[in-house]
Amino acid sequence: MPAVSETREAVEKLARSKYEWGFETDVEMDLAPKGLNEDIVRLISARKNEPQWMLEWRLKAFRQWQEMDEPQWAKIKHPPIDFQDAHYFAQPKKKPGPKSLDEVDPELLKTYEKLGIPLHEQEMLAGVEGAGERTPVAVDAVFDSVSVATTFRKTLAEAGVIFCPISEAIIEHPELVKQYLGSVVPVGDNFFSALNSAVFTDGSFVYVPKGVRCPMELSTYFRINARNTGQFERTLIIAEDQATVSYLEGCTAPQRDENQLHAAVVELVAMEDASIKYSTVQNWYPGDENGKGGIYNFVTKRGICKGDRARISWTQVETGSAITWKYPSCILAGKGSVGEFYSVAVTNGHQQADTGTKMIHLAPDTRSTIIAKTISAGESDSTYRGLVRMQPKARNGRNFTQCDSLLIGDQCGAHTVPYIESRNMSARVEHEATTSKISEDQLFYCRSRGFSEEEAVGLIVNGFCREVLKELPMEFAVEAQKLLQISLEGSVG
Amino acid sequence: MSGETSLAWQALRERAGERAALLGAEGVPTKRVEAWHYTSLQPLNQVKWQAAPALDEAQVGARLSELNLPKGQGLVVFANGRFCAGLSSLPETVKQGSGEDEANEPALLADRFAAQLNAALRQPGLNLHVPEGCDAGLLVLVSLTEGDEVSTHLHHRITLEKGARLSLLDVQLGRGRYFTNPQLDVECAEGAHLTHVTRQDESAEAIRLGISGARIEGRGNYDSFTLNQGGALARQEVVSRLEGAFANVNVNAIQLIDGARLNDLTSMIHHASPDCTSRQTVRTVLSEAGQGVFQGKILVDQVAQKTDGYQMNQALLLSEKGQMNSKPELEIYADDVKCSHGATVGALDEDQLFYMRSRGVPEAQARDALVQAFLFETVELIEDETLREHLLKALPGYV
Repeated sequence: MPAVSETREAVEKLARSKYEWGFETDVEMDLAPKGLNEDIVRLISARKNEPQWMLEWRLKAFRQWQEMDEPQWAKIKHPPIDFQDAHYFAQPKKKPGPKSLDEVDPELLKTYEKLGIPLHEQEMLAGVEGAGERTPVAVDAVFDSVSVATTFRKTLAEAGVIFCPISEAIIEHPELVKQYLGSVVPVGDNFFSALNSAVFTDGSFVYVPKGVRCPMELSTYFRINARNTGQFERTLIIAEDQATVSYLEGCTAPQRDENQLHAAVVELVAMEDASIKYSTVQNWYPGDENGKGGIYNFVTKRGICKGDRARISWTQVETGSAITWKYPSCILAGKGSVGEFYSVAVTNGHQQADTGTKMIHLAPDTRSTIIAKTISAGESDSTYRGLVRMQPKARNGRNFTQCDSLLIGDQCGAHTVPYIESRNMSARVEHEATTSKISEDQLFYCRSRGFSEEEAVGLIVNGFCREVLKELPMEFAVEAQKLLQISLEGSVG
Repeated sequence: MSGETSLAWQALRERAGERAALLGAEGVPTKRVEAWHYTSLQPLNQVKWQAAPALDEAQVGARLSELNLPKGQGLVVFANGRFCAGLSSLPETVKQGSGEDEANEPALLADRFAAQLNAALRQPGLNLHVPEGCDAGLLVLVSLTEGDEVSTHLHHRITLEKGARLSLLDVQLGRGRYFTNPQLDVECAEGAHLTHVTRQDESAEAIRLGISGARIEGRGNYDSFTLNQGGALARQEVVSRLEGAFANVNVNAIQLIDGARLNDLTSMIHHASPDCTSRQTVRTVLSEAGQGVFQGKILVDQVAQKTDGYQMNQALLLSEKGQMNSKPELEIYADDVKCSHGATVGALDEDQLFYMRSRGVPEAQARDALVQAFLFETVELIEDETLREHLLKALPGYV
């Protein structure tokens, strides 16, 4: 079949092609010494001027982490990680607020430019005084482990929304942080969440008060920038009764040759009738054509629908990272609450992805939907791993799961590992999964209408992912389609 | 692996003598071991299992007459792990092999706990050889276990040469609180066809870890069907490996679980050759506080292009206390394949009930009829009419 062989060639070509977003900014860094011990935890806490309770929380987490073993169950392979051979704190050295962009570190600006951040947003990110309020997107840029600046805080503050780096929230809103931090992902939940709890440096904090619809989409650009710095983001989003918020997270990373560990924790809390939409586009460096380098992305993301009729929706487009280990989950504790998971995972080259979701139905009339699309190419391995659990009280609970895998080339693997546990007779769980390659009929149909083979494959893959892509906010939908194209360049689209 | 080296475990090791080396050092797997995540082997640790004593053949014969067994070309009976020569007869066309031939034992089951246990404690069972091109007809195999705190570990082997055919009805039953751990090795040579229907009717207090491993060569066909309805804790593991082009395997099953019993069907379908097909339909009905487990894996090697695999697993929960855990799994390394699986868990369809009641069928009867229909659809997959009829009669509430 010519289609298959051409596709293979294209994929091979791609594997040799360069990572488009691979660049590194040379900004002065405040680095902690390599290694991890109680002193480093104390140092991180001290650098962030944290109150005593936070330090104790971190130390408790650190002690728990020391007792834990790295999980082995995921279908991923990597050399052992030396947790002592990394910097756990890196902070760009801050200057007093510049008056205009001319005074901003040009390296920083170049990075923003490559990221495609509009000029006026660049101004705000760089902390230029009096920068305008023109765009409908608030950006909290995490430049390495510290939020360099937060934009649109005023507009948000008028609506009563708090959107700030979590390090600030710890100092300014300790009562909220104390109440919710670690309430969804307990410190000892797993090896990486314990590690994150001990050493997280920054991340975003969002609080939407009762009855408020957040006036704009909230977004954070994550960048992993300094050499050998593990990135430990911590995000906490709270939506009070009837509140609505949409949060966007997008990532690109500089090219480098050493594996980098990224272990973020994201916690979402949705109260009665609240709605949280969390969208991710992830395109971290996947490693070179020999599988060398690339980011290890070991993330714990979980949301709880605490109130009745609350809704949490995860949407993700995962195209980057050497290894992805990620299961955004929903605990449906409020009556009639809704959990959703929409995912596109693309692996190419030597990438490995073990990703999926957990839907834990605790209350009556809870509903969940899982749509997972997996595309494997090159010599990559991709696994969907998911759990749907109906607890005895989940009367009339409903779940629908659909997992589809597309294989491109015969050197890759696609796997589906769903766990279905039902303890309530009136609950209904449905799961379906398919694995296939691009159908010759579809290709032929497109080709006969004048599309080139690449265009045809692109169309088919976009159609394959359509159900997920349409869930993305407008701002991300375009970027996500571009990413899909880059990830499978030459072979699909 | 993590396991528990209980006193019961030590006793089994002692019984195995020299062969204890075949047992892993870890002991009885705990729920931390992925393969036993949903099925706890704790009950196995609570009794020091003794070798089962011989039973009186006349009494065994009396038990047989209660079973309404179909008349086949042969009958082979084992009681408490011992061959009952007086009750058994084999057709002339097949040969009873002699002794164990462990050198040729396929490594298909090597890392599985039930097979390790059987290897250490095995008792010789049926060793059947169907010669090339021979249609051996229907053979009935009965394994009866009686007693408390005793265990049996029968090892059967069936070899079908090129183009040979055999239908096997494999009936397993007993009385008392025993532990049974049978293993069946199947070899299907080119174009051979084995129909294997297992009727698992063990005592409601028994523990059972049954395992079978089948290697199927080109154009061969292993058509298996398991009825799981006995045992306090009973797992049937069905492992198959498609080793030649255009081979086929069916791994169908019904599980009927009531009381506080746990039944488990675990299967592995390994596509190691191109152009093969596999079909699997597993239906489970849970009442009272029954616990059902289904773990089914389809593995497709890189060479196994043009694989066509289908797996469907459905469970009906009829009570508030029932519990179903399913894990259908696909592991695929070939790109030109068609593999799909589906799983559903739920109660009886209210619309269907309403339809029947609106036509004057009383509720209880309507429910029964719907459950029966759910099961019969699966039994229909058995092509052999004699076997299908026998299995239908073995289901409770069959009219």
